[in-house]
Amino acid sequence: MDPAPADRTEPARRHRLTVRSLDPDPRAAGIAAAAVHLGLTLPRPDAVAIADIVFVEGELTADELDSLHGLLADPLLQTASWDVPDGPGVEVTFLPGVTDTAAASVIHGAAQLGVRITGAATGRRVELGLDVDDVLADEIVRRVVANPVIERWSTGTVEPVFHPDSLRVGKAEVVALSGRTLEELLVIGRERKLALDPEELLVVQAHFADAGREPTDVELETLAQTWSEHCAHKTFRAHISTDDGVERPSLLAMLRACTEELASPFVKSAFVGNAGIVHFRDDADGRPVTIALKAETHNHPSAVEPFGGANTGVGGVIRDVLGIAHAPIAVTDILCFGPPDTPVADVPAGALHPLRIREGVIDGVADYGNKIGLPTVAGAILYDPAYTTNPLVFAGCIGQATGWQQHAGPHPGDRVVVLGGRTGRDGIRGATFSSLTMDATTGEVAGASVQIGDPVVEKLLIDVLVGAEHLFTAITDCGAGGLSSAIGEMAEGVGADVELDLVPLKYAGLEPWEIWLSEAQERMVIAVPPALIDELRARCDLYGVELADLGRFTGDGRLVVRSGGEPVLDLDTHFLHDGRPQRRLDATMPTPRRGDDAVTGRIVADPVATLLALLAHRNIASKAGTIHRYDHEILGATLVRPIVGRECDAPGDGVVLAAPTDTEGIAVGIGVNPWYGLHDPDAMAQVAVDEAIRNVVAVGADPDRVALLDNFSWGDPKRPSTLGELVAAVEGCVAAANAFRAPFVSGKDSLNNEYTGSDGQRHAVPPTLVITAVAHVPDADRCVQPVLRAAGNVLVLVGRTAPEFAGSHLDMVAGEPADPGVAPQPDHDAPGRYRRLHRAILDGLVRSCHDVSEGGLAVALAELCIAGRLGADVTALPHPDLATSLFAESAGRLVVEVAPGDVDTFGEAMGGDAFVLGTVNETGVLTLPGMAPIDVNSLVAAFNRIGLDR
Amino acid sequence: MTGVPALVIAGPGTNRDRDLALALAMAGADPSIVLADQLVADPTLLRDARIVAVAGGFSYGDALGAGNMLALDLRVGVGDALAEYVATGRPMIGICNGFQVLTRTHLLPGALGHNAHGRFECRWVTLQPQRSNCLWTDGIDDTIDCPIAHGEGRYVHPDVDALAAAGQVAITYVGTNPNGSVASIAGVCNPAGNVLGLMPHPENHVLPRQHPTAGLDPARDPERHLGLRIFRNGVAAAAQM
Repeated sequence: MDPAPADRTEPARRHRLTVRSLDPDPRAAGIAAAAVHLGLTLPRPDAVAIADIVFVEGELTADELDSLHGLLADPLLQTASWDVPDGPGVEVTFLPGVTDTAAASVIHGAAQLGVRITGAATGRRVELGLDVDDVLADEIVRRVVANPVIERWSTGTVEPVFHPDSLRVGKAEVVALSGRTLEELLVIGRERKLALDPEELLVVQAHFADAGREPTDVELETLAQTWSEHCAHKTFRAHISTDDGVERPSLLAMLRACTEELASPFVKSAFVGNAGIVHFRDDADGRPVTIALKAETHNHPSAVEPFGGANTGVGGVIRDVLGIAHAPIAVTDILCFGPPDTPVADVPAGALHPLRIREGVIDGVADYGNKIGLPTVAGAILYDPAYTTNPLVFAGCIGQATGWQQHAGPHPGDRVVVLGGRTGRDGIRGATFSSLTMDATTGEVAGASVQIGDPVVEKLLIDVLVGAEHLFTAITDCGAGGLSSAIGEMAEGVGADVELDLVPLKYAGLEPWEIWLSEAQERMVIAVPPALIDELRARCDLYGVELADLGRFTGDGRLVVRSGGEPVLDLDTHFLHDGRPQRRLDATMPTPRRGDDAVTGRIVADPVATLLALLAHRNIASKAGTIHRYDHEILGATLVRPIVGRECDAPGDGVVLAAPTDTEGIAVGIGVNPWYGLHDPDAMAQVAVDEAIRNVVAVGADPDRVALLDNFSWGDPKRPSTLGELVAAVEGCVAAANAFRAPFVSGKDSLNNEYTGSDGQRHAVPPTLVITAVAHVPDADRCVQPVLRAAGNVLVLVGRTAPEFAGSHLDMVAGEPADPGVAPQPDHDAPGRYRRLHRAILDGLVRSCHDVSEGGLAVALAELCIAGRLGADVTALPHPDLATSLFAESAGRLVVEVAPGDVDTFGEAMGGDAFVLGTVNETGVLTLPGMAPIDVNSLVAAFNRIGLDR
Repeated sequence: MTGVPALVIAGPGTNRDRDLALALAMAGADPSIVLADQLVADPTLLRDARIVAVAGGFSYGDALGAGNMLALDLRVGVGDALAEYVATGRPMIGICNGFQVLTRTHLLPGALGHNAHGRFECRWVTLQPQRSNCLWTDGIDDTIDCPIAHGEGRYVHPDVDALAAAGQVAITYVGTNPNGSVASIAGVCNPAGNVLGLMPHPENHVLPRQHPTAGLDPARDPERHLGLRIFRNGVAAAAQM
């Protein structure tokens, strides 16, 4: 992007072009609909109008204004005027310092046209009609149009800030710690939002006392970021004392040890660097093709600024994959929201409405994935009132490389090079922000920690870096903590000396610590041997990517950061990375109800109504409205999609990706069920692993070549019961990984996800563990889909069915009894079952296959019917109890469609684990014992009832 | 035998350039991807090309109108050279963002506005090639299936009847009109028929297995509905020049 010219002598003339759509602008209807949905009285929803505003600064002639007018308004689509509108309206523009990518395009376009402008900005004008007073207009703009965290607005017209200068001196401050009491240190910690524990503050104080000097603000902020929960995972590395008397290693050590003991030959890198790496196959020339996988959370930023938070969550996880030298090939997303029909009055002050959060988050995911050109494939959307003020956004990325080798650097003498976007005040203190719990003022105080994404810049970074692996010796992304974390990590044990004045800035006036800590997006740090820097620079010039050479890796083990040549940070990298005292935490282990004595049954009075209610439940109902907003087709590799079937409107299991030139592929599956976790976190974790693996096996993946990711979104680990649930879940993960011989290769935890309940007390969000399974598909031309194929085929259930209802969706639609009983438990026969099923798929015995999960067998059968637009005559049920047969959510089960002549062979292949349910029919009617027949059209209608918007 | 040389033009934010190059290669061309800046620096690249394709994506993030900035770069940098190329009758295609670029450079008529429903949408559509001057769809009577993936695909033209009468309506949507395009128009050509612009992505349906209902209907011949057929036409026409 062209930088805005910085120096101006005369105050230049300002112009504004108001651009309106000739045809109805769909954004206007969207604003009206959202306002009405939130209960805001809009007298004339059809009178809402919206226009775009382009502000330019410069002494411009009439011809130049005409020229810009021609560029900015297409006469077939728009009308535009340089006159200032005089009617009622509210205008919105970005806060000073927030990235305005459209303004950058205005500057680029003007330059191409030879029009000299000295600045540009953009905004929107909303007109709500004559009957709307200023108070209501402000309310509507605040609730559904603008976001005060990144934007400001005013009634009438708005004046943008073209050049967000500041009067700050740009010098590092010294922060006096010596002699301070712990109370005083805690005050400093709170004021600077350091999010450090008391013991950590004391260690910092002692360190600088030993050094005989006081720290600078740069040093203090760097330590806070590096030691933050977000970066250091201090809970996962903590010593935890549990009340069950069992001595355990740290949570991270448990997961790592499990992977090491499994020693799967396909694991190339686990729990180091930015992402896990597995090797499933070689290419035609015998070179190894490796897959990188990573999933991240971006919960707190998404709560405050849903679009930007989700947008940069996707951007960040793509950079994680790029940061281990793999080309990104797909994106995944799992989203948890409060119910969109939550009354406005029930949304706490300072929080956004769940509908607004959902719209912003989905738009943010779509915007980044679509623009960067990656298919957004596997995912899930979960709703629960507990996510109302604390939504969860899990974003994942999968990458691929051929002939990958671990980079060996950085070596002393290598240059410290930052590539990509410019640095601004965006995203300051993001890592510590996400390590704090949120409260009513969070949105207000956290403004600076919101990152703004620019997927085009990141696309260009990919273009530069993929294929340039020989030009650098180490690479990492700039994520939480910005340069402090990226350069700090790379310099570990080596040392580096860098100059902050060389960092390209979006605007002047940043303090040194702000430059060093900024989480401005789309930046990568690489170590470049001096001899190669010219070749890299030429490559960057070709793609228009900015390169800045900040200094060198030294070899002396010290991290030195300068501003104007003077050191503002000088730390031993060992202290920076290993100086943090181990956190000590107490946990109270959960005591889940298990065993036959704990089982409680269910009575379902009207199974037909219950099935239809389940299909229409938000968690189960069609997600097509969201999926269609993501480009899941780009790269031409998506062979099994998240929506399947003859009408492309039925839910899939796993997705399968295989480039058009490949014969083998990979499958991606997701397992998540926080409601089981409320009752039995250990079982929940095991069942989530099972579900993720079941999903990939169902589409044709090899259960012996599965790699896993764990992502925990949990509450405050300092609450012993919350931590106990986390310990139990990690143990469940380890048990399941061992049972399935599927190693975890990477993971991430996001803690401190809390909300205030109607009782006024703080609560943790439900224990939300997302398991991602990535597996090898040996034959991309023989994928299986959950779509009924032909009348006369036989439907077979594999797996055991038990009255496990705690946390079930039956309880969500029918009401949870006083004693919910037992949550779905791990099935120890599942690993063997999946191997046999895979063999049967390879042998061509499986016509279609669908996993049984939320809503149980009845929902799984209904979804198969929807997908195939066929009916089924089910004549036998797997359990004597009707409710258990139809709606229990026992794990490890799949419904398989086999040709009539293959039933015996399939049964033998499954070792007898095959229960014949009935047959597929062409009447389009689903018949189940104990229920009235249901037409497939009724199933389709129920499944699609929620639709996109509600 | 080496294929006909094809140039795939990309700008900052173009992202279906590789998909398009693969489709051209599978159709028998020898494609190379060139950045608009490279083309501006060396317009002679156009002299040797027998096919020019402008790929889809989000050039410049679609700020200030989809394709607007890339169109400006091309118009200012190689506008005359592109006009000369088109005048020779050699095939040119613009897909999605490429179509938007071609309308904004006025190599194709009309304009592309925001989808009527206001959202980006990705879904498979069925296309009907029309009787037109277009060499890219010449002789294809079967419907073509492929995905759309756009937010600004609503085709606008002030006089559709005249456009159809001039043989420039090349492709229409069958069934649901996904974006509110006038007369369900998915693609148009220039009067000579050598330049085609379309919103859907035939480059993402080059293999039968890519179709969402692949294998579900044994009676259907999947080859007949491949998007690849459009590229085969373009390559065949280029080969004869």
